[in-house]
Amino acid sequence: MSVPVIELKGVAFAYPDGHQALFGVELHIHPGERVALLGPNGAGKTTLILHLNGILRPGLGSVTVSGLPVTDATVGEVRRRVGIVFQDPDDQLFMPTVRDDVAFGPANLGLSGPELDARVQSALEVVGMSEFADRPPHHLSFGQRRRVAIATVLAMEPEILVLDEPSSNLDPTSRRELAEILESLPVTILLVTHDLPYAAQLCERAVVLHDGVIAVEGPTIEVLSDAETMARHRLELPYGFDPSTLPTRARPTS
Amino acid sequence: MGAPHGHPLHYHGHSVLHRTPVHAKLIGLLAFVSVIVLTPGGYLLAFAAYGVIVAALVVVSHVPARYVLGRLWPVVPFVGVAMLLPFIATGERIDVGAVSLAVEGLRGGLTLLLKVLLAATSAVLFAATTEPRELVRALDQLRLPQPLVQILSFMLRYLEVVSDEVRRMSIALASRGFRARSPKHWPVLARTMGALFIRSYERGERVHLAMVSRGYTGRMPMQHASASAREWGTVAVVPVLAALVLLIAVLLPIGRLP
Repeated sequence: MSVPVIELKGVAFAYPDGHQALFGVELHIHPGERVALLGPNGAGKTTLILHLNGILRPGLGSVTVSGLPVTDATVGEVRRRVGIVFQDPDDQLFMPTVRDDVAFGPANLGLSGPELDARVQSALEVVGMSEFADRPPHHLSFGQRRRVAIATVLAMEPEILVLDEPSSNLDPTSRRELAEILESLPVTILLVTHDLPYAAQLCERAVVLHDGVIAVEGPTIEVLSDAETMARHRLELPYGFDPSTLPTRARPTS
Repeated sequence: MGAPHGHPLHYHGHSVLHRTPVHAKLIGLLAFVSVIVLTPGGYLLAFAAYGVIVAALVVVSHVPARYVLGRLWPVVPFVGVAMLLPFIATGERIDVGAVSLAVEGLRGGLTLLLKVLLAATSAVLFAATTEPRELVRALDQLRLPQPLVQILSFMLRYLEVVSDEVRRMSIALASRGFRARSPKHWPVLARTMGALFIRSYERGERVHLAMVSRGYTGRMPMQHASASAREWGTVAVVPVLAALVLLIAVLLPIGRLP
């Protein structure tokens, strides 16, 4: 099998105040895969995400990104390879204009001039926001801000896109439009979400994080259909949603 | 949401003043104000000439004169001090009706008033023709220390986010019947402010995480505008003109207070 984009081996982590969030996480994500990371509040999902690009380092175990172990020396390259889109676009968009914000990542990678402009332009085109390049972020709608937040990460041309609750606070139309954008991206995706239908729609594989370990792993629809497992891990489908009626998602070939 | 173009001082337009690269315009403003400030007190004709220059700039900028004058209120305290000077200064005095005024105070007060008005009008005109985010960019270009540039830039970006939070918190308070009517309600307001500080601090941490995730190493990459020699020339017209006025005023003994 190919070299995994993300490989976590026995990752355990405790915060400085002694609260332990992760107890030996094993996770492999291969190129082209779309994986949903599910789990109740407080399961350690955010802590896990922050390990993927070296902001937090495991107390025990190891994190490897496309064969590159995460260390102080490699952390710059790791952050280019792993693009994280945080939940609140107001946290992600901090520059005066959309263009500056999308340029922030690639400029930190040393790009400038026409090359930088081209990166910014193509990232904004992918999310359908190119006409808003010169607007300040706070004058955009919430859904537009979320799309720009994704563009800021895409501009770094990451190998894996990690999205923290991308569908939260979106109206149904924006939610569907975002799904279409994500569906069209030729990139490995880790989708962290409570929105189980979204996970079923976008990801062929699901992992459930509960109490700091990967408790369940399997094809998304199988995981969602297993009522007993779902209840054990405090996961619940929305009223009227029946995963067994859905077509199985094939793994995209990349 | 506010007006599409930034802040209450900015007046949208496309005049020469609006189009001039901001870093050049800022240097021009500083030079012009320096000449005004360096002019000795009592050179009334020189101040009149500066006034004409400022008025000409207002006309060129297409910003309505009422708009500029209406934003001069921050100078009011200085006007107050200028008015007091004739009464409190010591030395030779003259009697105007029943009140006795100090000559030195009159001269000092008038000079202060003129300098403050001219400098403030120029600054308001600068603000009216400059987008705030362009100002931050220009300050970065002029090598203002990075921490200050970043503080300004974040203030600009998050001012509306934070004021939105304040609005939501006060709506939440009002919805539960709270009205700040007397000092005994102040503790509630203080706690609200405390909550706001903590929220802003936590947002700061989250923003920092998002920045580090995209390779932040302490510098904000900003795209700088470039000014051509012609644009620098255009900007230089104003301070050079003012400097000539000052030179003439120093050489020719006319239009001065005794």
